[in-house]
Amino acid sequence: MVERVRIRNLMPPGHVRAPAYLRGKTGVVERRLGAFSNPEQLAYALPAAPKQLYRVRFTMAELWGDAAERPEDTVDAEVYAHWLEELPDHAT
Amino acid sequence: MPHDHHDHDHSHDHSHDALSPSGHPYRQDNDAPLTYWQRMEIAVRELLIEKGVTTAAEVAAQIDLMDSRSPANGAAVIARAWTDPAFKSRLLDDAAEASREMGFDIGPLHLIAVENTADTHNLIVCTLCSCYPRNLLGLPPDWYKTRAYRSRAVREPRAVLSEFGVALPDHVSVRVHDSTADMRYIVLPARPAGTDDLSETELAAWITRDSMIGTGLPRAPDGLSATKA
Repeated sequence: MVERVRIRNLMPPGHVRAPAYLRGKTGVVERRLGAFSNPEQLAYALPAAPKQLYRVRFTMAELWGDAAERPEDTVDAEVYAHWLEELPDHAT
Repeated sequence: MPHDHHDHDHSHDHSHDALSPSGHPYRQDNDAPLTYWQRMEIAVRELLIEKGVTTAAEVAAQIDLMDSRSPANGAAVIARAWTDPAFKSRLLDDAAEASREMGFDIGPLHLIAVENTADTHNLIVCTLCSCYPRNLLGLPPDWYKTRAYRSRAVREPRAVLSEFGVALPDHVSVRVHDSTADMRYIVLPARPAGTDDLSETELAAWITRDSMIGTGLPRAPDGLSATKA
């Protein structure tokens, strides 16, 4: 089953590892990577909770719209669970 | 796209570049005061040594270990995958474990191998900073850390590839991999056609650093096509 997710469109201050160009964009989970310490806490030497990490695949069309160099090419990125919103599988 | 091995041919606007009267480029002496982070590094290192957490010799040994790592390590892994299907399958399943199996000391590295095929080309980037499988391949090339490469690789990878001299057939899809978190990536390039008679060791000589980043293809022995299999 394809798992569609959207990257939260938040712009919090501080160290985060969800790149701005992916925020608000929809992709599919390519694979689950397991739990890793949250870098948003690690960066400040705070106790870091384990967070599930996912590889999410985006099409160039989704990322860049009409400016896409080749719409069907893809970008995969690692994103932590707390940055993901689950979407219904069926296209809306 | 600037190639790091062409430094002398570039007219970089870096303040540390200068030309001698004879026209030879040199780096000016670093007479400027230490930066905040340089002072921080020295202070932390001296404290760790004073408190007996580490020693200067251990610091030097770690630097030596990192300097001893080179793309040749990755090339050995790729050549093994080209010649041993069972190893290739383990590499694609867990590239870090497969590299350790070959005896490479890669520490806690988490590594994913992505395979180039007849219809897929993979390209590695770290848009946020400079994440790179250093524990296997050594230090990344300078261009890998530039804003130009980091921003363009995810937006116009085909234009970047063509500047690196990689011309992809039209039907080939490009998959860019942004190393945004805990994983590092290595491209498993396609084995060049016509190399069936070469041994694992001979094959490794043709596997370049760039072919494992995705900005290049393996070189091919003289007389053989350098195009993808």
